[in-house]
Amino acid sequence: MKEKIESILNKYNNDPSRLMDILLDIMENSGYVDEFSISVIAESLNISVAQVKETISFYHFFSEKPRAKYNIFLNNSITSCLRGFKEVKEAFETEAGTSFGNLTEDGLIGLYETSCIGMNDQGPAAIINDKIFTNLTPYRARKIINDIKAGKKLEELVYENHGDGNNAHPLMNTMVYNHIRKKSILLDENYEKFDVIKNELKNISPQELIQTIEDSNLRGRGGAGFPTGLKWKFGSRMPGEHRVIICNADEGEPGTFKDRVMLTQFNDLVFEGMVLAAYATKADIGVLYLRYEYKYMLNYLNSVLDNMRKENLLGEDISGIEGFKFDIRIQLGAGAYVCGEESALIESMEGKRGEPRDKPPFPVEKGYMDYPTIVNNVETLASAVKIAKNGAKWYNSFGTKDSLGTKLLSVSGDCRFPGIYEVEWGTSIREVLEMAGAHNVQAVQVGGPSGTLVNVKDIDNLSKTELMKWYKPSGMMTAQTAFDRKLSYSDLPTGGSIIIFNKDRDILREVVMNFMDFFIEESCGSCSTCRNLPRIMKEKLEKIINGHGVRDDIDDLLNWGKIIKLSRCGLGQTAANPILSSILNFRHLYEDHVMAMTDYDNQFDIVKSVSPANSFVGRKFIHNHS
Amino acid sequence: MSKKIIATTSLAGCFGCHMSILDIDERILDLIELVEFNKSPVDDIKTFTKQVDIGIIEGGCCNSENVEVLKSFRDNCDILISLGECAIMGGLPAMRNGIPIEECIHEAYINGPTVKLNEEKILPNDAELPMLLDNVYPCHEIVKIDYFLPGCPPRADLIWDALVALITGNEMDLPYEVVKFD
Repeated sequence: MKEKIESILNKYNNDPSRLMDILLDIMENSGYVDEFSISVIAESLNISVAQVKETISFYHFFSEKPRAKYNIFLNNSITSCLRGFKEVKEAFETEAGTSFGNLTEDGLIGLYETSCIGMNDQGPAAIINDKIFTNLTPYRARKIINDIKAGKKLEELVYENHGDGNNAHPLMNTMVYNHIRKKSILLDENYEKFDVIKNELKNISPQELIQTIEDSNLRGRGGAGFPTGLKWKFGSRMPGEHRVIICNADEGEPGTFKDRVMLTQFNDLVFEGMVLAAYATKADIGVLYLRYEYKYMLNYLNSVLDNMRKENLLGEDISGIEGFKFDIRIQLGAGAYVCGEESALIESMEGKRGEPRDKPPFPVEKGYMDYPTIVNNVETLASAVKIAKNGAKWYNSFGTKDSLGTKLLSVSGDCRFPGIYEVEWGTSIREVLEMAGAHNVQAVQVGGPSGTLVNVKDIDNLSKTELMKWYKPSGMMTAQTAFDRKLSYSDLPTGGSIIIFNKDRDILREVVMNFMDFFIEESCGSCSTCRNLPRIMKEKLEKIINGHGVRDDIDDLLNWGKIIKLSRCGLGQTAANPILSSILNFRHLYEDHVMAMTDYDNQFDIVKSVSPANSFVGRKFIHNHS
Repeated sequence: MSKKIIATTSLAGCFGCHMSILDIDERILDLIELVEFNKSPVDDIKTFTKQVDIGIIEGGCCNSENVEVLKSFRDNCDILISLGECAIMGGLPAMRNGIPIEECIHEAYINGPTVKLNEEKILPNDAELPMLLDNVYPCHEIVKIDYFLPGCPPRADLIWDALVALITGNEMDLPYEVVKFD
């Protein structure tokens, strides 16, 4: 046992900043990280036991308790719930004979719920021992459990061999489908791979490349919308022994799965984009931070990197450019939504809890290991390649005056064709709904749970330019009209997630409650605002749903929603958005529930409240008080 | 202008907030010009004798008597103010909320290091005694509270300013130092 741990530690040179990888290896080896392993790790890395434990306890996919031989992580995100999560969960529980959060007595099967795993277009989905199982039904769930009990291997549990495109690659071999529904300039398959590195880079200077990206007006596609060219320019000017390019592939916003498709089908563009960013900023370290849920891609992506090294597209003197040295490693996450925030992601890469850092300094000044670090989204990097190839002017011919280029939308929920749609900026939601085959629509969640719940009545009133603002991440706080005021809440990191709800859905009970559970589960716990407010706001919402609400409760929710803006990171600041945005756009739902004639309801029951103490001291409740 | 009528009480509190009321020092003479006190420890009036304008509550609710008094304040006062940490959040008494009530009683009457004279291990259960609640509750979870004055205790100036604002109908000046969480 000790030897095994030591060999893992040696593999990472006893480097405490690689604690994530060390723990991942031990999880894969033993299924959990026990006290003994923790003490060996702490001693060898010369860090405290508490430091090891705080990292373990932060991530969903680490455990200090033994896990089962087969661990089923069933996704509980809203799209999963719309497509029968509850029934599938019950089927798993009944057939396995245990409830979620527990193992079967023989330690064969463990059942766990997990937040969005990026399979919203084919849910309910589960991860079983790192393998993805999509489109689950109660029948499939029972079959899987029976097959496990019958001693079948993991590979034999699969009921469909593989999905389309690279999902069928032997190293990937997953039943996941890409579901690409609309292609434009980014998803266009007619291009030569690594053309820019091979043929263009040697003809342009880093400054020229940065200028091209700046001229293209490309903005961060992860949602924060920071101008990419500017970020590269800042990064290139920061002094540092090394510079770092990080590709953020930790898409955890429920309803977002575009990075999954990009990494499956267009990973060469993503890696090429990282090389371009490195060339522009003279960076030498490259890291792709891949969320644990996409571990099934790991071997395949590593093979792509190996091929790039063979072709001299990574390594020393890349593509014959003297002194251009850059390589990419893949850092696996371990299940934490907040790690999508760039400074939390960097903390995680350094082997720590994924808690956002105070800013400034920004990552571009002091990031990974205090080196100047540029964190770009998957889609941003891939877009940069297209721009470098075809020029800023070409890119500026797409989109609208304020927002140029195209955007990948992850469309899911109540529609016939969930999947990835590449649209030009300025496309209206109504058009998206038509493309996706959505009927009888009641509401659309734009930008995931931290975004805005749009009432379909408002969609009809939207002009194209106004629609564009739904994705435009900042500068909306000053908007004047009543309609624009709603938009101030979509000042958020969104990856273009669109979740559609039809008229049969109970917005408050099904949708808003699900989103609040998500934020409660995923808060990193650092700021008291984000740690506590979502919980007490959800309790208030429950009170309203259960018919005990009063008008003041709605005002309380709105007022408390202002306080949460004091949280350190964007994720915490937007954690109340499901409630705030549904009050703004669906206020009648709240007003229908609250009592019109009462201005106070406390739900306090004195008889119930005194009974534990009374029964302990041997006393009856006598109603001698008024 | 007729004098405003004020009532005050201390529930599960330490009377520190009432001390803070007295800390307005000689301004209490000005206050007497503006208000008259009804039910309050200040003048020892035990029951309401008329409808009151402003009720000031110190402390949260830990037993049935607290609840009864608080409800009588709500019934008899037009405006209720939660004064101080215990009224607003439960305060120190609420530290028992994480501990089962049976353990609390046992510690207080049987096991505690200061328990010397209870050889018969009697747990108080006389019908005259208030009944313990399962938790210590902040006042606004029992009745509607109109205003909250934070602090442990709230500063005398804050109490003074709040009362003057309420009585004169002017807006209150609340600089950051006054409302910051301690």
